[in-house]
Amino acid sequence: MTLVTEPRRPARRAPGPDAPRGAPDHGAWFLVLPALIPILVLSVGPLLYGVLLAFTDAQSGRTEPTEWIGALNFRDLLHDTLFWESFRIGLLWAVGVTVPQFLLALGLALLLNQNLRLRWLARALAIIPWAMPEVVVGIMWRLVYNADAGILNETLRDLGLGNGHDWLSGLGTALPAVIVVGVWAGMPQTTVALLAGLQNTPRELHEAAAVDGAGAWRRFRTVTWPALRPVALAITALNLIWNFNSFALVYVLTNGGPGGRTRLPMLFAYEEAFRYGQFGYAAAMGCVMVAVISILLAVFLVGRLRGEAKGGDEA
Amino acid sequence: MRTSTAARTGQYAALLAYLVFLAFPFLWLISIAFKPPRELASLHPTWIPEDPTLDNFRQAFDEQPLLRAGLNSLLAALGAAVIAVLIATPMAYVMARRRGRLAKAATGWVVVSQAFPFVLLIIPLFLVLKNLGLINSVPGLVMVYVVWSLPFALWMLTGYVRAVPRELEEAAAVDGAGRLRTLVSVTAPLLAPGIVATALFAFITAWNEFFFALVLLKTPEKQTLPVILTHFLGAEGVADLGPLAAAAFLATLPSLVVFALIQRRITGGMLAGAVKS
Repeated sequence: MTLVTEPRRPARRAPGPDAPRGAPDHGAWFLVLPALIPILVLSVGPLLYGVLLAFTDAQSGRTEPTEWIGALNFRDLLHDTLFWESFRIGLLWAVGVTVPQFLLALGLALLLNQNLRLRWLARALAIIPWAMPEVVVGIMWRLVYNADAGILNETLRDLGLGNGHDWLSGLGTALPAVIVVGVWAGMPQTTVALLAGLQNTPRELHEAAAVDGAGAWRRFRTVTWPALRPVALAITALNLIWNFNSFALVYVLTNGGPGGRTRLPMLFAYEEAFRYGQFGYAAAMGCVMVAVISILLAVFLVGRLRGEAKGGDEA
Repeated sequence: MRTSTAARTGQYAALLAYLVFLAFPFLWLISIAFKPPRELASLHPTWIPEDPTLDNFRQAFDEQPLLRAGLNSLLAALGAAVIAVLIATPMAYVMARRRGRLAKAATGWVVVSQAFPFVLLIIPLFLVLKNLGLINSVPGLVMVYVVWSLPFALWMLTGYVRAVPRELEEAAAVDGAGRLRTLVSVTAPLLAPGIVATALFAFITAWNEFFFALVLLKTPEKQTLPVILTHFLGAEGVADLGPLAAAAFLATLPSLVVFALIQRRITGGMLAGAVKS
């Protein structure tokens, strides 16, 4: 039996044990199972289990059996002002990182798409934030922000601007300081994605527009952006989600402080689960986070579809 | 296209600003790693250590079990990379070559899995691994890392499989090669570079991972480098800056080197997956 001579089976028919004899799908199952089993056992399964836990009073190290308590965790969550505060901070942080990061990365990608001399250096250096463990990124920036030994305050002193500030423990400065680190850490990845999107735009379109006398802004709006839109939307949606779910960076930088000003939802849920042992309650938080992320995604997808329906030339 | 001198100057200024923004925290980390305590205590720190020393590195190894942690990280990352690629490659092949319901479901799962808040995953995993006696063990962590790196591995590998022309496989089939023979002697060699890139990427992700390791590993002799690094920060965030910087610098080197080797392939693979789906 060869791949060439076999008849084409209807595409929507799933391969399975009841597939017609002689069909090649046993092979497909054999190839898929080694990955499928761990996915089901260690990812899909635990996820469903996690949702179930949200409806129980599960706690770590407790001797009485876990009981089903219905929506009680969710009702408690609704009144948990600390949680909603962390939620608000999580959204602030996600948007606060994603938007400037996107704008900077877009500018940079446009720049690197030009024929500039130091392009190679930018590419080489972009590896640093991208490949670094988040823990090290956090440690590194703590050294930069350090009140006495940090280079930031020293530079400001040299410039005659202020006399040292403890950025990460100031109530007003902690979140902005942490956001700067988030922007730094994710910028290369966003830039590279956008750059690749730019390089997929046919050069002739640009040249034709230039010949027609279109200025730089007009060329960007009518040629570059429409081609870039799908990549830009995808990377922005992913960045929002990743940032909303982030943990390690802020854990190392401030551990949620000062006074909860940088306590992202993941930090909050982590403490609830692994410091106070409230597994059920923390699982409920996870569920709420999933719900919000799904809404974010849905809004994005609707925007994207609408954009495509309009022909995609309007932002 | 012509660009005016003023515009060019602006472009170079912007590029320079970016390069500085990108490089300065890293240079500062290196600077601190080589400074003696006297210079670290100075209220007017300098970029270049006046009296560079390796003491911080020695002290870092004295204070925390860095070698042990490095070994744990290496085992976890190698194990995760090898297993993930071994089981992901066949599945990616099916996802790329077939349009069945299974391939669709798998692709959907790859996308959705990017949105999980890990806390919803880690609590049940913690309970399951605890019941299996795999808490505080590197093999337990490897299991989690394998599944965690699977979506991206599948994503990248599917792109690489699509890049192998179907006609080559069909030609081999016409020549009488069976399906397995075709896979092993025609497809696999062409996929090899992509498989290596994917494995290295899975390696870096596991090497850098923090959250799962923090939750699952309890004792210092089992912990990985990122977790051990946070011990330098101390309880109240008071840190011994020199050894902290030295250890952080060392922990980064492997992933920087590996990433430098495969960066082009990763962006290629990432985009092949992202743009085409």
